[in-house]
Amino acid sequence: MADYEIPETREFPIIPTIMEGAMAHSSPFVADEEFQTALGFPYPTGKEKGELIDGWKQKFLDLLQDKLTKYRSVQVFMDICVKCGACTDKCHYFIGTGDPKNMPVARQDLLRKVYRRYFTFAGKYFPKLVGAIDLTEDVIREMYSYYHQCSECRRCAVFCPFGIDTAEVTMAARDLLAHIGLGQKYDNQIIAKVHSIGNNLGLPGPALADTLEGLEEEVEEDINVKVRYPLDEKGAEILLVAPSADFFVEPHVDGLIGYGKVFHAAGVTWTLSSVASEAANFGLFIGDYANMRKISLRVRDAAKELGVKRIIFGECGHAWRVAYNHLNTLAGPWDFLDPNYPVPQHILEFTKDCLDRGILNIDKSENDHMTLTFHDSCNIARASRIGEFPGSQFVTPREVIKAVCNNYHDMVEETIFDQTFCCGGGGGLLTDDLMEIRIKGAQPRLEALKNVSKDYGVTHMAAICAICKSQFTKILPYYGMTMDQIVSVHQLVSNAIILEGQGEESEDSDDTEAA
Amino acid sequence: MASIDVNGKQIEVDEEGYLSNLNDWEPAVAEVMAKAEDTELTDAHWDIINFLREYYEEYQIAPAVRVLTKAVGKRLGKDKGNSKYLYELFPYGPGKQACKYAGLPKPTGCV
Repeated sequence: MADYEIPETREFPIIPTIMEGAMAHSSPFVADEEFQTALGFPYPTGKEKGELIDGWKQKFLDLLQDKLTKYRSVQVFMDICVKCGACTDKCHYFIGTGDPKNMPVARQDLLRKVYRRYFTFAGKYFPKLVGAIDLTEDVIREMYSYYHQCSECRRCAVFCPFGIDTAEVTMAARDLLAHIGLGQKYDNQIIAKVHSIGNNLGLPGPALADTLEGLEEEVEEDINVKVRYPLDEKGAEILLVAPSADFFVEPHVDGLIGYGKVFHAAGVTWTLSSVASEAANFGLFIGDYANMRKISLRVRDAAKELGVKRIIFGECGHAWRVAYNHLNTLAGPWDFLDPNYPVPQHILEFTKDCLDRGILNIDKSENDHMTLTFHDSCNIARASRIGEFPGSQFVTPREVIKAVCNNYHDMVEETIFDQTFCCGGGGGLLTDDLMEIRIKGAQPRLEALKNVSKDYGVTHMAAICAICKSQFTKILPYYGMTMDQIVSVHQLVSNAIILEGQGEESEDSDDTEAA
Repeated sequence: MASIDVNGKQIEVDEEGYLSNLNDWEPAVAEVMAKAEDTELTDAHWDIINFLREYYEEYQIAPAVRVLTKAVGKRLGKDKGNSKYLYELFPYGPGKQACKYAGLPKPTGCV
């Protein structure tokens, strides 16, 4: 583990002392030419990577003008902040770093100051009076740094009396930066892979097939029941769109195993797709509608090609936000699917329904070696539902966990539900070049986790987002915990579910061996 | 562009130390990269590195963790077919560290 200063975790949260410029050095790698081009962004041809394109200033201002016209929200958010300060101590990156530019109001003001200078009367004629500044290259560099110290989690927006969605300002700013040559390497590389191969990892069809085949063998060895993990099977009822991390890493893969067992027990036919082999949609993170749409359309193509009747999304936070809110406008209409089911559905809705109908055989004691808590992922908590009623996004995951585990305890109220803290790696920041901000930004969440562990003996934290799971796997050790303390919700389901034939395993296998 | 010195030859790597051109790989590359991170490559490391390269050759991607642990379990015995064993060998993460030494691109995505 590299050497970083790890923030303290305490019994009660304390607002940090201000440390001017503490994170000014943090800046992610800039996208290479091939990844700028693949996404339709310009590259400063003939210059070094990281330099700005010719005429960048005018381009930036023209595009800002375009955004103000196209998105009323951006215009309103530029105008209505009164600097009341309600958001200042709500950001996990501010709490973890003490850098005042990580107060949401200050971070958003990096763009507002420029907006005021060029788009308001007072700023044009009396810039000093209203804190308006000229757009210079230094201002651009500062934006590139601090707009990549925001995970677009929207916790600050919960506390804003005007409802300013500061994540939307971050998205707008990142998009402006990408259009003058400063795309972020990690995000753009990933989106380019989705466009060319179909998923964030760049996992081609044959590798995916080989991986799934291996999982089938593994599950059969484990429980002696043939559970299928089908790929590209035409005529299946359900298309499952999972984050590609579910195929690749732990604990995500244990969640994928769980989805398969639930489908098996429910007796439905389902399939994964090598075309839409990714739930994630990083187009949201970089604030670019065209790329977001292009990624979403892969789901439509796959659903049509395979002739499915329903679409279900796996455990992926921002994917569910995009799917729940925008799938219809991005890739609809979905009139070729079965109108009896919502489009799309979340895997937890499916599992919850099976549990309610009593068709899953559950042995909760299989999870007795753990005491669980649940980490509400920001994009699900603050942008969607999982179920019919307001707040169902908090209730459904907890009810599923409690239906398969005996031991459960929530973290302190100010850190869950709509006030949940980001894992520290969301919004396109889950990359090694941003490790310091990821570690520091995880402080509020891990402080709450440590306290619930100490007071109520919690041993594991469950999550329903691929980014959260990967982030915690990497970050927990820095805080003196272990990487396997983060689990998938469907991993818990997988542990507790008893499939038909599973109970007879020892006799059966003995017989087979004897025969 | 950054580069590393392998027996007097300059080999180009990216910002994170992964090979820019996968064809530049030779066993000495792994040795140099490991040495820079204070890791001594043993036969156990080489087993993993060689498997990664074989798998990449066939599938154009590094193996998923369960594919890797299963293969290791088959070759070296069940007690080694788990990610704990892999993390002991490659503490920065088998995905990232072992891929780097094997000359493969860095795995991207939510991993």
